[in-house]
Amino acid sequence: MTDVSIVMLWTDILLWILLVVFIFGIRSIRRSEQARKQWRKIFQSKIAMAAGLILSTYFALAMLDSVHFRFIEQTTSVDHSAVEPWSLQALQQDFAEFTGNLVHDELHGKTLSLLDLGMQHLILSTERTYSAPFALTEYSTSIVYNEEGVQQQYKLLKYAGQHLQDGDTISADVFLQTLYVFVFSLFTTLVFWLVHGYFRIKAFIFRRAGQKLEPLPWKTFYLTLFMLIFALSWLYHLSNFYHVLGTDKVGQDVLYQSIKAIRTGVMIGLLTTLVMLPLALFLGISAGYFKGLVDDVIQYLYTTLNSIPGVLLIAAAVLVMQSILNTHNDWFGSTEERADLRLLFLILILGITSWTGLCRLLRAETLKISQVEYVSAAKAFGLGGFSIIRRHIMPNLMHLVLIALVLDFSGLVLAEAVLSYVGVGVDPTTPSWGNMINQARLEMAREPMVWWSLLSAFGFMFILVLAANLFSDRVQWVLDPRAH
Amino acid sequence: MFAYIIRRLFYAIPILIGVNFITFALFFMVNTPEDMARAQLGAKQTTPEMIAAWKQERGYDKPLFFNTQANAENKVIDTLFVQESIKLFKFDFGQSDSGRQISADIYERMWPSLAIALPTFIIGLVTTIAIALLIVLFRGSPLDTATMILAVTIMSISGLFYIIAGQVLFSKIWHWVPISGYQPGLEGVKFLILPVFIGVFAGLGTGIRWYRSIFLEEMNKDYVRTARAKGLNDLSVLNGHVLRNGMLPILTGVVVVIPTLFMGSLIMESFFGIPGLGSYTIDAINAQDFSIVKAMVFIGSVLYIIGLVLTDISYTIFDPRVKLS
Repeated sequence: MTDVSIVMLWTDILLWILLVVFIFGIRSIRRSEQARKQWRKIFQSKIAMAAGLILSTYFALAMLDSVHFRFIEQTTSVDHSAVEPWSLQALQQDFAEFTGNLVHDELHGKTLSLLDLGMQHLILSTERTYSAPFALTEYSTSIVYNEEGVQQQYKLLKYAGQHLQDGDTISADVFLQTLYVFVFSLFTTLVFWLVHGYFRIKAFIFRRAGQKLEPLPWKTFYLTLFMLIFALSWLYHLSNFYHVLGTDKVGQDVLYQSIKAIRTGVMIGLLTTLVMLPLALFLGISAGYFKGLVDDVIQYLYTTLNSIPGVLLIAAAVLVMQSILNTHNDWFGSTEERADLRLLFLILILGITSWTGLCRLLRAETLKISQVEYVSAAKAFGLGGFSIIRRHIMPNLMHLVLIALVLDFSGLVLAEAVLSYVGVGVDPTTPSWGNMINQARLEMAREPMVWWSLLSAFGFMFILVLAANLFSDRVQWVLDPRAH
Repeated sequence: MFAYIIRRLFYAIPILIGVNFITFALFFMVNTPEDMARAQLGAKQTTPEMIAAWKQERGYDKPLFFNTQANAENKVIDTLFVQESIKLFKFDFGQSDSGRQISADIYERMWPSLAIALPTFIIGLVTTIAIALLIVLFRGSPLDTATMILAVTIMSISGLFYIIAGQVLFSKIWHWVPISGYQPGLEGVKFLILPVFIGVFAGLGTGIRWYRSIFLEEMNKDYVRTARAKGLNDLSVLNGHVLRNGMLPILTGVVVVIPTLFMGSLIMESFFGIPGLGSYTIDAINAQDFSIVKAMVFIGSVLYIIGLVLTDISYTIFDPRVKLS
């Protein structure tokens, strides 16, 4: 019998709130003709289409990693024969049995995310120490005592290449598996294409006559989709047989760590903007619209905050936060909750220190807009300040907000690594690229070098940041009239 | 001119007071002297008497903002806030947890920081402007596209990667330069080459994109078209018109940075073992030495504000349209 309980972490809740906001955003885009055109224009660029798809994949993985469960084994066993078939109780029992089969026995009682459920073999396949990607043995020799005396030996790994027969080479095996994955990805992409094709044909038939739409670069979309499916399923499939990206100092699989780190990176990139947006919007618009004393106070506020060097202010705030957390052990139940609380505080601190730039932009734009005739007309008609802001000013600021959102994202993902290095980043137990780099850096002096941990972290981070940068360029180009 | 500078400096005072308040709020209100004492003395065997003694030794036993026990103006003056502020404004940062004078340490460590930051800044500025001008000259060509792709790629890689890759390639594999260390004087140049090179390279991506957009904007203006119509060639247009007018927006971003060069770079210095202010701060953060972090926050803000004033002054020099009044 296994019981499932959903574990709600603070950052999980915030990320799901963000998803709801996002869905509302899409709805409002669909409703407005203008916004729909603009977004279509954004995705007309091949680069933006590919970058958008990659970004969505990262976000999807982060969302999957943000639903947490805990599976608890119950010792009391229920007599099956006593329960009537098809009763509620029986169904409950079946469900419990089903969930029990979902998780490996060793992982009972641990907090797992949906993503973890699919990657249990990676959690369990922990080796003793370092091993290179696709290696069958450990990275360094260890002393073995056997009948031939004391020997220096490369010990065999426990969870790599177990399926290989004598005489099989790794490269031949990997080649075969790659072919298999290739066919699988091709087939999956084809299924996507067919399903999507049905809707496209339907939309084509029922389109408004005379309506001309610029075509979207679907070829690029499918090429990227195929490559993404291929890369992910290749990593996933081979991870069943090898440590595709090697293992780290305590023998944990590097691929697992890199994928788990996606959540932290995306979280910091997205949630910081969620924290900063209301502050920047409220203060920026108030300063620009009400002018006078309000403007002076807000300007003073952001000039002061801006003049403190960013990293130092963050470092100071995080240090203070750490010492508060140390004195308030009652705020969290487990180490996971503590790490989560620390991530939440880090996001809050980053948000509070980074609203100044956007606020200044919004203030300047509001000043400009409130001089325009239609705002004067609205005032003359007797509209209140709040409705003018909501109906006439806010919609004209949205492009600035969007641009700031996508521009800040990549910077924040990169900042996470640096902050972790400085020692004011996420908790050392939280999987993050910064922590991976930080740990691997200590092994630089080792001869020969342990490079896979570093390179995996940088690689995963690079793809995300590059996609975000390319996408934000396009968004800026389309939405910002000054960019031309 | 002199009166103008004095007036600008006066504008800076309320900002400094604000910064001082923020640091005070962080280090004394959110994190009370009680907490500090407990963290310092170790959690277990501390008695209230020990905490009181620790606080008295540092003068932390005063009330925060208002002293009811003092008389007249001392009600406000004899408080933690005012006393700490006075100390900060006199640049008297007290002792670090290891018992050294922070002000002396900072003065000593400023020069190694500058030895790295200044060359990085100057070489970086010159290279990025040169490259940006070059690709503006060849705008729309494959060279332009290639450089822009390269710029986005450089920008998307974490700065930590450049440092680690640089150390491995140039020091570990090729043995061109020592991996880390510092030495004052000309002897020490060999230690500076790699960090300066990496610093310049890592900044190329953002720099080139920014300068390119500034120059392109100038390029499309009417006076440039006039200059071309008069028969000036590309190079003289770039040099005589675009570069000189583009300098104004560049100044805004660049002059602010100059004073903060003294602060050094946190990451560069700790990777390359340079005994500057950056590594000083990192060590303080790792040792949770609040006095040093507080001092660095304050100095950083002062330098930034000096940078703002310098920016204003530089405008009056480079832009004839800006008058002093």
